[in-house]
Amino acid sequence: MSQKASSRKGSLAYKILQYVVCILLAFLSLFPFIVMIVNATRSSNQIQSHALSFIPSHYLMNNMKVLTTKTFHPLVGFKNSAIISICATALSVYFSTLTAYAIVAYDWKLKKGFFAVIMAIMMIPATVSSIGFYQFMYKIGLTNNFAALILPAIAAPSTVFFMRQYMIPALPMEIVQSARIDGAGEFRTFNQIVLPLCKPGMATQAIFIFVFQWNNLFMPMILLTQKEKWTMPMMVSQLSGDMYKTEYGAVYLGLLLTVLPIFVIYFLLSKYIIAGVALGGVKE
Amino acid sequence: MTGSQKHLKGMSYAKYGYLFALPFILIFLIFTLYPTIYTFVLAFTDAHGVGNEVKFLDEPFSNFTKILTNKTFITCFKNTVKLWIMNFIPQITLAMLLTAWFTARRVTVKGQGLFKVLFYMPNIITAATIAILFNALFQYPKGPVNDIIMGIGLRDSAFYFLNSKSASQMLVAFIQFWIWYGNTMIVLISGVLGISPDIYEAADIDGANSAQIFFQITIPNLKTVLLYTLVTSLIGGLNMFDIPKLFNRGGPDNATATASVFIYDKAFTGKQLFAQAAAASIFMFIIIAACSALLFYIMRDKDAIAMEKMKKAELKARRKGASVL
Repeated sequence: MSQKASSRKGSLAYKILQYVVCILLAFLSLFPFIVMIVNATRSSNQIQSHALSFIPSHYLMNNMKVLTTKTFHPLVGFKNSAIISICATALSVYFSTLTAYAIVAYDWKLKKGFFAVIMAIMMIPATVSSIGFYQFMYKIGLTNNFAALILPAIAAPSTVFFMRQYMIPALPMEIVQSARIDGAGEFRTFNQIVLPLCKPGMATQAIFIFVFQWNNLFMPMILLTQKEKWTMPMMVSQLSGDMYKTEYGAVYLGLLLTVLPIFVIYFLLSKYIIAGVALGGVKE
Repeated sequence: MTGSQKHLKGMSYAKYGYLFALPFILIFLIFTLYPTIYTFVLAFTDAHGVGNEVKFLDEPFSNFTKILTNKTFITCFKNTVKLWIMNFIPQITLAMLLTAWFTARRVTVKGQGLFKVLFYMPNIITAATIAILFNALFQYPKGPVNDIIMGIGLRDSAFYFLNSKSASQMLVAFIQFWIWYGNTMIVLISGVLGISPDIYEAADIDGANSAQIFFQITIPNLKTVLLYTLVTSLIGGLNMFDIPKLFNRGGPDNATATASVFIYDKAFTGKQLFAQAAAASIFMFIIIAACSALLFYIMRDKDAIAMEKMKKAELKARRKGASVL
């Protein structure tokens, strides 16, 4: 009897420990962003005297004025990041699905070798060839051109890999066969029959590619030197410079503006995003 | 009839395979393969600055010897490995613990969905923003974290985090840990959910307790997923750039500068020594390629099985297609 009671007590303590740890970690995830949001509304003087506060103030517009009169132009950064991210995502998802379809639906001699190459290069990050990439882009005059950031997205090995894994169970080849019998061309079959069937997989990949492109710092930082071409993360990197040294409120506001679209996407789509992460992890 | 059909499939459809893979192949050759080869070539030249004439070196490997004897590069490379280890060990430990809690079948944690959403959140936020946000949080003498430390009486005076080498390193490692543990946890949870429930039922019947089940069934069955996590994290860690570059500008005294930060600074600031930066890139490329090869080797068997399955399914589909005809 008493043994049972003590074990019950033990499991209760264990349960409390679990919730305490989880709640602490949840707080740790939120805390920096809460400070960011609250301080975005406070004046630099208020932050100087009490850096930590959970009560919003009324200096939001004032901070906005300070922020935008210097090098930080949220609308320019937003527009540039949006152009790059949307174009790169659309191209990447479409052509990766097309490439995956080429692997899944057709038998061609070099297919096996091609797929092995995709597997092999999937893990090699673009940053290690960045020096050659920059020099090449400089020679053909594509620095300060968004095409240099958008076009490479057409060849995305990990997206091809994911779409291939997705297509094998989700795409019944009978449908393709019957489309052929009906006399539909191969390209039309892909666009009108295969693409709609792959929509859920494409949507998952689209979220991840978009977020990756939006957050990307290294490549844009190398290629874009003209201020009017800067992306959001590049604008952010200015916030730690001398220009904003004592403008604490403006810095917090700038940070808030860069993550606003990501916050919106995340809280609307978190269910799909987390399911997508889980799917990606067991892809091997 | 079957003969002519085979001919149709084998011959006239194969070209569509090439055709549909063509955009990928072209873009890959132009924007990935060529720049990679070009980086290799540049590593044997004297390329520097913009618009200077580029010559091959008389001693072909002198860029490599310069880089590998460069004290700053050695420090940066050591930092990269150190920062990765400092973030990975706590990351995988916490992710495993949370996985054990969230997949326990007897006592489940309530509100799991919300916890997962919150734990994963830092992973999706712009790393550049996170780096500068943490820089703001750890300001001296007046900053939110110093406010807390002095408010609860942990210290009498503010601590200059950004001026301390070890504190800066610990913070960069912490930020990396904080960004990635949620992601690792979700990957591990999906790995556990992929383990056959029959094994667990058998263990239940044999009267195994939760700890025994976790260490003797879950972990051995999770081996592939764990190795996958390890290698992808290592490759990502070797490329660490945004957080070290922006949190404290690689400082103080290069304490948080990584190999990627070194390459960027060499090539795109000051004298723009592209050739030396290319040599450093090639060094990192070789290490990363070795890690990828390891991963490829680990995943090889499973993929062969998947390919077999795919072929069988194709055959089946074809037979069905033929019977329809």
